Amino acid sequence: MTSLFLLQLLNGVQLGILLFLIAAGLTLVFGIMDFVNLAHGVIYMVGAYLVVSLSAWTGSYGWGLLLVLPATLLIGLLAEALIFRRLYDRPHLDQVLATFGLVMIVTELVEIIWGTSPLLVTAPDALSGSIPLMGPLRYPVFRLVVIGAGLLTAVGLWLVITRTRIGMRLRAGASNRAMVAALGVDIGRLFTVIFAFGAMLAGFAGALVAPILSVDPGMGESVLILAFVVIVIGGIGSVKGAFAGALLVGLVDTLGRSFGPIVLRSVMEPSAAAQTGRVLAPMLVYLLMAAILAARPQGLFGARP
Amino acid sequence: MTLTRTTFAVLASATCLAGPAAAQDDDKLTIGVLLTLSGPGAALGEMARNGFQLAAEEIGDFGGIPTEIIVVDDEQKPDVAANKARELVERDGADIVVGPIFSNIAGAIVQPVTEGDAILISPNAGPSNLAGTDCNKAFFATSYQNDQMHEVMGAHAQAQGFQNVFLLAPNYQAGQDSLAGFKNSYEGGVAGEIFTQLGQLDYSAELAQIAAMQPDAVFAFMPGGMGVNLVRQYRQAGLEGIPFLSAFTVDESTLPAQADAALGFFGGSNWAPDLDTPENAAFVQAYEAAYDQVPAVYAMQAYDAAHLIDGAVKQAGGTDRDALIAALEDAPFTSVRGDFSFGPNHFPIQDFYLTKVVQREDGKFATSIVEKIFEDYQDTYAADCQMN
Repeated sequence: MTSLFLLQLLNGVQLGILLFLIAAGLTLVFGIMDFVNLAHGVIYMVGAYLVVSLSAWTGSYGWGLLLVLPATLLIGLLAEALIFRRLYDRPHLDQVLATFGLVMIVTELVEIIWGTSPLLVTAPDALSGSIPLMGPLRYPVFRLVVIGAGLLTAVGLWLVITRTRIGMRLRAGASNRAMVAALGVDIGRLFTVIFAFGAMLAGFAGALVAPILSVDPGMGESVLILAFVVIVIGGIGSVKGAFAGALLVGLVDTLGRSFGPIVLRSVMEPSAAAQTGRVLAPMLVYLLMAAILAARPQGLFGARP
Repeated sequence: MTLTRTTFAVLASATCLAGPAAAQDDDKLTIGVLLTLSGPGAALGEMARNGFQLAAEEIGDFGGIPTEIIVVDDEQKPDVAANKARELVERDGADIVVGPIFSNIAGAIVQPVTEGDAILISPNAGPSNLAGTDCNKAFFATSYQNDQMHEVMGAHAQAQGFQNVFLLAPNYQAGQDSLAGFKNSYEGGVAGEIFTQLGQLDYSAELAQIAAMQPDAVFAFMPGGMGVNLVRQYRQAGLEGIPFLSAFTVDESTLPAQADAALGFFGGSNWAPDLDTPENAAFVQAYEAAYDQVPAVYAMQAYDAAHLIDGAVKQAGGTDRDALIAALEDAPFTSVRGDFSFGPNHFPIQDFYLTKVVQREDGKFATSIVEKIFEDYQDTYAADCQMN
């Protein structure tokens, strides 16, 4: 039981790390630019599709992954310059409408280019097996790689945000946009950088999970809602909050799914426990969000009340 | 007031009568093909469309009558599907509608099609109500009743003497039906039963439980992208020592993405590309040449549907609805599956097989028949069907 718990803990952390990579970009764009970007999940999907094609082209997943970074950065820059820049001053409803339209257009484009069937990219042989943990329990090597890569990204982001000039401007922008602009910071350029960087993080997340998950045209939508939950829990605009929120959501979701029914079984009869557990498990994350919002409306690390 | 209403009613019924009569007069067969061609389930719909088109090209004029085929996308949404079905029947004058892929869509289009005086032929969906209490004389399925594929796996697990099987399905109607179907023909113990969220990406929590329990086998119903995720993660978690039984989880629509992760995994099916009949060999070869992919059951069932229509129109000698229904009941065609006939509820009576994923000599992955599980098998709902 203890070893199963440890394994599930590891699974929860891994899901959290993945959510963090997606949510980090989203929280920056939403928090600092006050821009609701539903198309964020689409960039995650494009990252996954690009890694499939680029890996096939270069013959190695590693090179594919490296090439996805500049590619999604470029996509972010282009999208910002051509589309999103025109939407900053519009009300949220316009932004939702425009980015939702973009979701449909890009999804259709992906279906035209790559087809509708799920695609495959395999991790290098050295990373595709599993290592024994305890007893019969094993853990996939590639998931350890995902955890490692995610943690490195988190540390890198933390360094950029707390130790560099651009990070300082980011933090300033998150707490008071008008004042930052008044102090002479080119807020337009700052937005472009943030947006492209967020897109790159989402693309990186998509490319990183492509060997574990099915690469198909619906993959962006499924993570977007969870990513929004994460940034609301963590506090909009806070990368630290996104990290804490993502780990919290990952752990609650994974542990709730696996141990919820077991805990319930100790207080009610087995069939009722199974039924309740089944209904309750997918709700846990949202219950968590509701509880946190009730106690701290600005989220765990939110700057604004 | 009463008078106007009566007049209106008379006029309305007159138009209703005139409509279909006019449609039957012209010597032309119109077939509407209503499939899911966009969204997460699009891969299945495209396979069915390809299979139908392949057959249509071989046939030319169905039953020797000039034929128009209209293909539309139901977007996997019941309301959209109902509207498109109505358009096909009322505006385009379709005599026959072929579709859909998904069972919830079938529920939405069966009324608009059959009450609009057309015939509905399902190349995949086979919900229990249409096989039983709600059976309909203008509805045919060239596929199977949904429960049957799961019953095949249950019977196999029973025959293997498994005592302890772990069950896994998404938490929605078809998922619950799936596990119920499996348990219909499996009497051993259940190690655990988990219903996951529909569209779940990550199965690490469930896989860890399976690893901790070490069941005799796992039975999963995880169609589409969910199956790709589950199968690859199952292999990555090092669980391949535990037999993996499934339905709609490892087939030719998902195998290109599952590849060697699915090797040796079992499924239940009414067909596999290597089923040994001359018609099947010709079908698979022509399909692969035309579309550069290995066909799955969806393609095969749509291909059979086209040949069924061709044979029925020939036998009925035209597009008269009652004559067509009578002709369809005789199933006047050679199925690529070999033995094929319709039961009283217009669902097939056919053989079912245990299949296993293999890598063919050309490097592509496909399911392959291991053994026959059921011979001339009819679904359990046929007894409830009172055709009127």
